[in-house]
Amino acid sequence: MTAAVGNPTPLRDAAAKVTGRALYAGDYSFPALLHVKFLRSPHAHAEIRGLDIAAARQAPGVRAIAVGRDLPVTFGILPIRPDETAMAVDKVRYIGEIVAAVAAETAEAAAAAARLIRVEYRPLRAFLEPAAALAPCPPEERIHAASRHPSNLHKEARLRFGDPEAALAGSPLRVAAHFRFAGVTHAFTEPHATVAVWNADDTLTVISATQVPHYLHRTLAKVLGLPLHRIQVKKPALGGGFGGKSDPFPHELITAYLALRTHRPVKCVFTREEVFLNNRGRHPTEMDLALGCDRDGKLTGLFADIVIDGGAYSSFGVVTTYYNGVLMQGPYRIEPFGFRARRVYTNKPPCGAMRGHGAVNPRYAVEVALDMLAQEAGLDPCELRERNVLPADTLTVGQLRITSNGVRECLRAVRARSGWDARHGKLPYGRGLGVACGFFISGSALPILWNRYPQTVVHVKLDFDGRVVVFSGAADIGQGSDTILALVAAEILGLPLERVQVESADTRLTPVDLGSYSSRVTFMAGNACRSAAEKLRQAIAAAVAAEKGVAAAAIVFRDGQLVTADGQRLASWDEAVEIALAGRGAFVESGHYTSPKMGGDFKGAGAGLSPAYSFGAVVSEVAVDPVTGRVRVVKVWGAHDCGRALNPLAVEGQMQGSIHMGLGQALSEELVYQEGRIVNASFADYHIPTAVDTPEMDVTIVESRDREGPFGAKEAGEGPIHPVLPAIGNAIFDAVGVRLFELPMTPARVLAKLREQERRRG
Amino acid sequence: MVQLKLTINGFGREVLVQAHETLLFTLRERLALTGTKPGCEQGACGSCTVLLDGRPVLACLTASVRCGGKDIVTIEGVEQNGELHPVQRQLVAKGAIQCGYCTPGIVMTALAFLRENRRPGENDIRAALAGNVCRCTGYAKIVEAVRAAAEEMAR
Repeated sequence: MTAAVGNPTPLRDAAAKVTGRALYAGDYSFPALLHVKFLRSPHAHAEIRGLDIAAARQAPGVRAIAVGRDLPVTFGILPIRPDETAMAVDKVRYIGEIVAAVAAETAEAAAAAARLIRVEYRPLRAFLEPAAALAPCPPEERIHAASRHPSNLHKEARLRFGDPEAALAGSPLRVAAHFRFAGVTHAFTEPHATVAVWNADDTLTVISATQVPHYLHRTLAKVLGLPLHRIQVKKPALGGGFGGKSDPFPHELITAYLALRTHRPVKCVFTREEVFLNNRGRHPTEMDLALGCDRDGKLTGLFADIVIDGGAYSSFGVVTTYYNGVLMQGPYRIEPFGFRARRVYTNKPPCGAMRGHGAVNPRYAVEVALDMLAQEAGLDPCELRERNVLPADTLTVGQLRITSNGVRECLRAVRARSGWDARHGKLPYGRGLGVACGFFISGSALPILWNRYPQTVVHVKLDFDGRVVVFSGAADIGQGSDTILALVAAEILGLPLERVQVESADTRLTPVDLGSYSSRVTFMAGNACRSAAEKLRQAIAAAVAAEKGVAAAAIVFRDGQLVTADGQRLASWDEAVEIALAGRGAFVESGHYTSPKMGGDFKGAGAGLSPAYSFGAVVSEVAVDPVTGRVRVVKVWGAHDCGRALNPLAVEGQMQGSIHMGLGQALSEELVYQEGRIVNASFADYHIPTAVDTPEMDVTIVESRDREGPFGAKEAGEGPIHPVLPAIGNAIFDAVGVRLFELPMTPARVLAKLREQERRRG
Repeated sequence: MVQLKLTINGFGREVLVQAHETLLFTLRERLALTGTKPGCEQGACGSCTVLLDGRPVLACLTASVRCGGKDIVTIEGVEQNGELHPVQRQLVAKGAIQCGYCTPGIVMTALAFLRENRRPGENDIRAALAGNVCRCTGYAKIVEAVRAAAEEMAR
């Protein structure tokens, strides 16, 4: 029996990547190619009083120069607040914002000419910290004058269910703490790159390192004023995204514009410094959190007040603001529950979506608070969590619909595998274990754009050659979505995997998928693919049934054959294809997916809604050096409920990658700003864990088989990160008895806590 | 411009380069060998690792004019007779490739390392790969693949 789904499967493009054959955006070249370089703002906040491009225009090799007024149409990933322009118009809002662009015969010539552009700035008051930015100020001082708030507040989200403050005041046990999180960034290895070609038939082709070809397609049309049908966006091999390539970006629009203007192919490749300036990373965050429980450890209420530092533009910020609050309402039963979350504009590179979007920092706060409660209640931290986890098939306090839920199995797995019961609280000074849980959406139930289309469509084609081609707009960004689609189609059709080929992420060829964000692709595109492949199977079965005089419903597709239920061979795949195509030719079957309607009817009820949620738990073991304050993570045990692992090799990889990224934010990663300038905008100074820093990992896949997921599957790409950070923080407490409320947990911060502890003990 | 003779993946080529040009630029822009990846262009990520006379170097920090007469192997030259090298085969089989952007650099680093370390322990492998940034995998499957390749090569 062929079983495609559930087999550990190397990614389909792995051989191309391991031989250097895979083409990434920056690898594309065309005859007569021009290169783009940018002039960026040296000011955090300044009015542009004059812009002189005369000298640059005369520089050797220069073919076109673009400035803000050439592309004044505003855009943004969320339609609610399109506040970006391709280049600064009238004023700059952060150091590194693009002010002008030069297309020239070589990258060197473009860079030299960009340096000849003269800009006259009048510096404005720069808002570098949220506290200052939140104070009322006159419109002309604000970062966005059009804001409806009297300050630089971008978005305030509040939700409350019951009276959490009163419940906490009366709670037998209660903890409260103030948390601070530095900004971190995706740090994918492939710098952004875009190549734009103006074709002879007056169409535009844009090859770009993007997670969201569909939104880029729409944004190009809007900003360039081109009709949608004359734009093709192709995502080639992509070198990592993690949310950092999920906005339509200025450089993509400018590169396309310059191709349109010059009628020559134009290419833009970022330097690593430019990647840091582009940012869209996790928001620097400050949070007050209060959490209570009774003497039995049952949670009595939660209230959080959160401020996130958005940087200069909106990006995904409205979603991030809500997620910071609403994604605290699981995986435990917490009632009453309330939060206020505010996103503030500052004159820094914009923040956006990053793996675990909006939920990573609040998860740290909740899980550390749970640990503190466990200590006060005299309960084991695992036990306290077990007493509060949500069951399957329930609603959270804010009416998020939970279907399958393997959180308890995850918690038990890491508890058993780490030897928790024998070791927690019992290791020698300097060594400790910590635990945490988490949950995350499998795709946002609500699309970004409100329209009548499905959230994803998949076509499956079958022609005389006997191959099945899956067409999907889904963007494989290294997570392996092409492989998932092939596995799903192969499973339905009983075919060996090599019979299925995938065409993806080309907006001229492939039906719309909204993109690789919010962990939606396996669930949504997987379901659409399943539906399309099932229709194809039915069509083939009907034709073969008529020819062979058997009932269509009794035909089984397996091992590249069509057989009866009792195993009698009816036709080989190729014979079946000929029968099915007789007199009609190729099939193209279509499947689609739209989330079911759900959720409450209050304002903000849509935030955090998903057709399914993943769950997870982590135990980490740390060694803390009390002399230097250095924390070494010795081992991490992770368990993740992904519903069903369609490709266990890929699920393990997502879990291991999430542990790595969580470890980085916990211990070493931090964007450091001085006067609004990122001073560590390089891989030498922004410290990603290396192979030596990354510990041994023990990962367990838990399969709760979601009834609505494709073959039971849910997400695996983001959920595994949430428990990682607090499990490390809680392990530090077990090791040396101090609580870290500020990330990253650098040696200096750990040492300061140890000194404070010494002083307190006298 | 400076005229250079380079042996690249076993084939002698003559190229004209600028005096300040990096080997990374020469390989990608003049010779269309785009398998070698630019990640940081300041020697901090390892994505552009190639072999220069058998030793791994960062092409972004290597001046092309210093490579005259030398033997260079890039990712495009690792397959032999259409067969993947054991390191490549194991990286694929173990699921050690996600986005794949760091992969060419990992392969080149591992090739040089395994040539001098027949039976490496896990810590040796991790130390050898410490200069190659991977953001997808958490290194676990990469380390596993390199160890499996070492075992395969020892047989």
